[in-house]
Amino acid sequence: MAKLNINGKSLTLTVDGDTPLLWVLREQAGLTGTKYGCGIGLCGACSVHINGDVQRSCTILVKDVKPADKIVTIEGLSPRGDHPVQKAWLALDVPQCGYCQSGQIMAAAALLKRKPKPTDTDIDEAMTNVCRCGTYQRIRAAVHQAATNTNAAIGNGNKA
Amino acid sequence: MIDLKSTSRDVSRRRFLISSAAAGGGLALGLRLPGVRNAFAQNGAEGHEVGAWVFIRPNDEVVIRIARSEMGQGTLTGLAQLVAEELDCDWKKVKTEYPTPGQNLARSRVWGDMSTGGSRGIRGSQEYVRKGGAVAREMLIQAAANQWKVPAVECKAEAGSITHTPTGRKTTYGKVANAAAQLEPPKDVKLKDPKDWKIIGKPLARLDTADKLTGKQVYAIDVKLPGMLNASIMDAPVFGAKVKSYDEAKAKAMPGVRHVLRVGETAVAVVADTWWQANQALKALNIVWEESPNDKVSSESIRELLQQGLDAKEGVFIGNKAGDAPQAIGNAAKKIDAVYFAPFENHFTMEPMNCTALVTADRCEVWGATQNAEGALAAAAEAAGLHPSKCDVHKLHLGGGFGRRGRQDYTTKAVLIAKQLHGVPIKLIWSREEDMRQCSYRPVGLCKLSAGLDDKGDLIGLHMRIAAPSILASAAPNRLDSDGRDSAAFQGLNPVGAEARLGYAIPNLLIEHAIRNTHVPVGFWRGVNTNQNAIWLESFIDEVARAASKDPLEFRRQLLANSPKHLAVLNAVADRIGWGTPPGPGVHRGVAQFMGYATYCAGAAEVSVNERGKLKVHRVVIAIDSGYAVNPQQVAMQTEGSVAFGLGAMRYQECTVSNGRMVQENLDTYPMVLMDDFPKVETIVMPSGGFWGGVGEPTISVAAPAVLNAIHAATGSPFRSLPLKNARLQKA
Repeated sequence: MAKLNINGKSLTLTVDGDTPLLWVLREQAGLTGTKYGCGIGLCGACSVHINGDVQRSCTILVKDVKPADKIVTIEGLSPRGDHPVQKAWLALDVPQCGYCQSGQIMAAAALLKRKPKPTDTDIDEAMTNVCRCGTYQRIRAAVHQAATNTNAAIGNGNKA
Repeated sequence: MIDLKSTSRDVSRRRFLISSAAAGGGLALGLRLPGVRNAFAQNGAEGHEVGAWVFIRPNDEVVIRIARSEMGQGTLTGLAQLVAEELDCDWKKVKTEYPTPGQNLARSRVWGDMSTGGSRGIRGSQEYVRKGGAVAREMLIQAAANQWKVPAVECKAEAGSITHTPTGRKTTYGKVANAAAQLEPPKDVKLKDPKDWKIIGKPLARLDTADKLTGKQVYAIDVKLPGMLNASIMDAPVFGAKVKSYDEAKAKAMPGVRHVLRVGETAVAVVADTWWQANQALKALNIVWEESPNDKVSSESIRELLQQGLDAKEGVFIGNKAGDAPQAIGNAAKKIDAVYFAPFENHFTMEPMNCTALVTADRCEVWGATQNAEGALAAAAEAAGLHPSKCDVHKLHLGGGFGRRGRQDYTTKAVLIAKQLHGVPIKLIWSREEDMRQCSYRPVGLCKLSAGLDDKGDLIGLHMRIAAPSILASAAPNRLDSDGRDSAAFQGLNPVGAEARLGYAIPNLLIEHAIRNTHVPVGFWRGVNTNQNAIWLESFIDEVARAASKDPLEFRRQLLANSPKHLAVLNAVADRIGWGTPPGPGVHRGVAQFMGYATYCAGAAEVSVNERGKLKVHRVVIAIDSGYAVNPQQVAMQTEGSVAFGLGAMRYQECTVSNGRMVQENLDTYPMVLMDDFPKVETIVMPSGGFWGGVGEPTISVAAPAVLNAIHAATGSPFRSLPLKNARLQKA
């Protein structure tokens, strides 16, 4: 049994505490926007926000998440897919296959919350997610564009 | 394998299934939608099919059928542009849908080939999909003309509207679609002159972006069906070894576990309520495989096999021959020799292999990410033991393909599991580790090169001997030549042809492939043989140019004098990178050119190597002439992706073999290019017209050699053994 706060909703799920948060999100909570890529915390496809920080959910056991911890997934980042990062990604047509992009967007949103005007070096350090299609150049441009278009409203989305 | 081409069946009894994201993220199962003649069900609304490629709704929305697979390469948008151009519809009202291979089969393959590989998605179907758009336009115009009782020639179509020119009367596609659908499609239609294109050739936004930004896009790994169970599988780590024993009782006692099943002779799967439970139980099985003759194979033993191939007389095939290269080199004023090496590589698609299957006594349905929907249908039918007409494949967007998803082994395995559990949908997901162990790898290879220069420093002879496994022998043996030659091995090195011709004119030339197969399956990896062939040849050409004391660019220009298209892309990158002007402090440049997939490519790179031997790739310029560029923005994105793919392999990646098994199982040992080491990539899209080349793969060939040649300039030494991480770079 686990009590989780996901995208502003409290959920009680029947699940073994040793299950990684990624699989609880995907298989129990039905939130499949968070992706399985490597399972060892290196690719970043499973990135979510926990209390505003970006975390790789494949390496976090659900028993280590407290009921009060606010988890935000790609589905909860913004009510209508209109977070400045999502808007910049759309404007620059960033994705190719798109599989890693939920994680890329979550990482970028967390970066901009911490550093509203990131430099290229900031982006290099914060954006360590793998994109096998090689959209890095467009991701970098989109982070800068989102930073330009970001106002005080940028945050963790959805009441979180 | 059942021949799909020879099979057809009654169209009216087709059974449609609701599938994909349009159903709101949940897939309803087996829902019949009777009464919608010739219409696809999955988009819900009424409408009319006007020719096979176009479906028009009363609200003027145009649904374009896409037979090929979208795996990130933008083909879905490009194919829609081709149809929309000739259809003269309103681009803002364009939607797309995938016909299933079952529907294709039932309609005598009206949508043609569904496979998506070899950078053929657009070039292989451009003519008939454009005709599909033109046919629909003519039918819509005719329907409007009939309604107005005027000659069709007095009517014209533009942006989804039809106007009767003399009277100014107007109607829309949505209003006449029903009448148009009743008409006989015209046999002959005239395609537009490329100079009149308004949609083709424009950098339009992709049609499939929005859902990828919100988590809504349903990939195959996200499919959920009512009553579905989840499976994880482990196949023999030594390819082909048979299962000997496993601890079924221990796995079965674990939470959520429903079944432990044999899958063929070599694999075992666990089926559980959730995938995580299935995968945990799989690890507890402690599967033991029988001894195999390949248990002792290692990277070292494979290298010995290849080494032997470099000088052997048997199992050697010729790809290109002119004059007498060995003799010319033997008599040359100066002789240059080198041996290059490239390792096995894995595709590492971000979405691991997976497939969902439902099998009953008389039906098999699969939901999957495949580069070859008809291949998946054939694989499903064979595994289920059913005729293909009783099977279908529901295709979802691919979380990466790069050639891996042309092979249908994961489809076969999902069906073999589901077949043991009739009526229960089974989603099989490979763990990343399984995905790394069970690939069709880019082949390992050695290449020995010898060149002869005359006393003026001109190249008078080149001998290139490749020793490597044959991709066709492993993945498509029916495509080998009758004598066993693998023609694909000479990609980019061929004497003639529009597909992949060597641009250099060398009077004495011998290019050979010693086929040396191992037990490791090899297959099509983005760029296929152009990768190694270009690295070997283009790195060596720099070595030869240096030995001749010539500028590598000028040396190439001289050899390409009779290959104007090869030369044009090379000149374009040289101009853009500023060849001949001083680079920044510590920065060194390299160039390369190559042809593959009927497309001409060149690359130029700027790199620096610091005092500690650390490499920085600053900038890569790539020029691509694919004849036509349907969407230049997508061409640029494919080029950027090819640079990332090519440089990742060149710098960091190798799959090695120990005790018959693939060693690298995840990103900790198989690292990728990340944001911080991705160079600035500039793409010069320079379509010269008159031919249709591929886009997804060709530019990968020049990325690595351009950078390797720049490293050679920076360090003063060639790097002949990949990946680079195994070498120590030293600033010159």
